[in-house]
Amino acid sequence: MPARRVVVTGIGVISAIGNSVAEFSEALFAGQPGIRPMTAIAPGLLRFPNAAEVQGFDPSRHFDEKEIGLLDRFAQFGVVSAREAIADSGIEWTPQLRERTAIVTGSCVGGKLTEDEGFETLYRHNITRVNPFTIPRTMANAGASRISLEYGVTGPAWTVSTACSSSNHAIGQAFWMVRNGSAEMAITGGSEAVFSLGFLKAWEAMRVVSPDTCRPFSKNRRGLILGEGGAALILETLEAARARGAKIYAEIVGFGMSSDAHHITQPTAEGPARAMRAAICDGHLQPEEIGYINAHGTGTAANDSTETAAIRSVFGEHADLLAVSSTKSMHGHVLGAAGAVEAVAATLALTKGILPPTANYSEPDPACDLDVIPNESRRAEVECALSNSFAFGGLNAVLAFRAWR
Amino acid sequence: MPDDDLTRRIIDVIAKTQHIPSEKITLDSTFQELNIDSLDGINILFALESEFNVNIPDDAAQNIRTVREMVDGVTRLVLGGADTSAPAHAS
Repeated sequence: MPARRVVVTGIGVISAIGNSVAEFSEALFAGQPGIRPMTAIAPGLLRFPNAAEVQGFDPSRHFDEKEIGLLDRFAQFGVVSAREAIADSGIEWTPQLRERTAIVTGSCVGGKLTEDEGFETLYRHNITRVNPFTIPRTMANAGASRISLEYGVTGPAWTVSTACSSSNHAIGQAFWMVRNGSAEMAITGGSEAVFSLGFLKAWEAMRVVSPDTCRPFSKNRRGLILGEGGAALILETLEAARARGAKIYAEIVGFGMSSDAHHITQPTAEGPARAMRAAICDGHLQPEEIGYINAHGTGTAANDSTETAAIRSVFGEHADLLAVSSTKSMHGHVLGAAGAVEAVAATLALTKGILPPTANYSEPDPACDLDVIPNESRRAEVECALSNSFAFGGLNAVLAFRAWR
Repeated sequence: MPDDDLTRRIIDVIAKTQHIPSEKITLDSTFQELNIDSLDGINILFALESEFNVNIPDDAAQNIRTVREMVDGVTRLVLGGADTSAPAHAS
C-alpha cells in the first residue's frame, strides 16, 4: 500500500510579530523584528533588557473569566493559535472525525508563570496556601487538553517536551500518525510563555541571551533573544483534503530525529546533520530538491557556526545554492514553541513563493558562510524546505515540507 | 601582577566547583587542560560572582581560556569596587 500523503490545511500563530497569521506574515516578509524592551519584568533586574513579547494580547477577548482562571498564558497561546488554525482549515466536525483526530503539542516548560507566582506567594510572602488551579494550569499538556475539551476531540492527545525541539518533535509525531493511518487528522504545534523573573534569571545564568538584539549568522551576534507565543497546524491526508475541497498550504513530507550523545549544552554538527539527512530520507527527497532551510539559527556563537557546518556536511556543493534564514531574528526564540512558529513561517514561504529574511544581519562571518537572506525577503519558488530545531540535551528534530502547486 | 590572596581564592573556587585538587591548578593552566568546558565555565563564573560579590559581564567572560585570564579579569573587577573581605553568601 503506498504511503498516505499528508498536507497542511490550516495554520494559526500568535507571536511577537503578530497575533494572527495575517499580521505574522506581513511582518515576517517585511523583515520587521518584534524585539523590544521587556515589559513583563521591571528594568534593571536582568542583564538583558529586550525580549520578543506578544503585544496587545487581551485574554478576555478570547476566554471568559472562569476559563482564564484555568489557563496559564502559555496554554492560552496554544488554544488561540489552534482556534485560528481550525477555523482556517474549514473542518466540519463529525463524531467519527473527532474520534480519529490526534492532538500533539510541544512545550518546554509549561505553565512557568503560574508556578513562579505560586512559589513567590509561598516562599516570599509566607502565604502557606497555593492556588488550587496551579496544577491544571502548570501541566505542559494544559493547552492540548483544553483544545480537546473545546472541540470534543477524543482521539490521542499528548504533549512532547524536548526543550527547544519540543514542537518539531510534536509536529513530526503528528505527521507520522496521519501518514501511517493511526489518525485521520492532527491538530499540532506548540506554545510557550516564559517571562517570569525566576525563569529568566536561569537564562541569565546560562550567559547565552543577547544584551541587545538577535543577529543570527552575523559575526557580531551576541546571543539569542527569548520570545513567547504559539502556533498550530492542521494536518490531514491529501485524499481527505481533496475530498472536502480544502485549501492546501503545503505538503509535509519528511521528519527526522537524532541525538548528539555528546554534551548536555554544547552542540555538534554531526547530530543535526543526521537529523536533516533523516528528514530528507523519510520524505524520499534528494538533497538538491531543498531550496530553503528555516534554520534553528539562535544567534549564539556556538549554534550558528555549528549549524552552518552541519548544513555544509549534508548538502555539499548544494549548500551554496540553497537559502537559509533564521526567523528567530524577528519572533525571538520561542523555546518549546519555536518549531511550531517556524513551521508556519516555512509553510508560508512555500505557499507565497517568498523566503523570509534573517533580520538584524550586519556583518558576514566566515564560519557562517551560507546565503542567509540578509535583512530583505526574497521571491523564490522553491520546491522543498526544511525546518530545523536543535535542543539543549543534544536532541535534534527536522521537518521537511514540499510546496503545493 | 596578580594579588596572591585573590589568586588563591579564585583557584580555590575553581577547584571546588570542578571537584579537582587546587594543587593541580596553576596560573598557566588552560581550561582545556583542566577539562573545563563552556558549561563548567559559566558555573565557575557563578561561583566567583557569589564569592566576590561582583557582576561579571557576559562579554568580558566570553573569551577567557586560562586561569591567568580569569584571575586578571576578576582582580580588575574586585579592585574596581566591591568589598571582598567576606564571601557574599555563606555557603
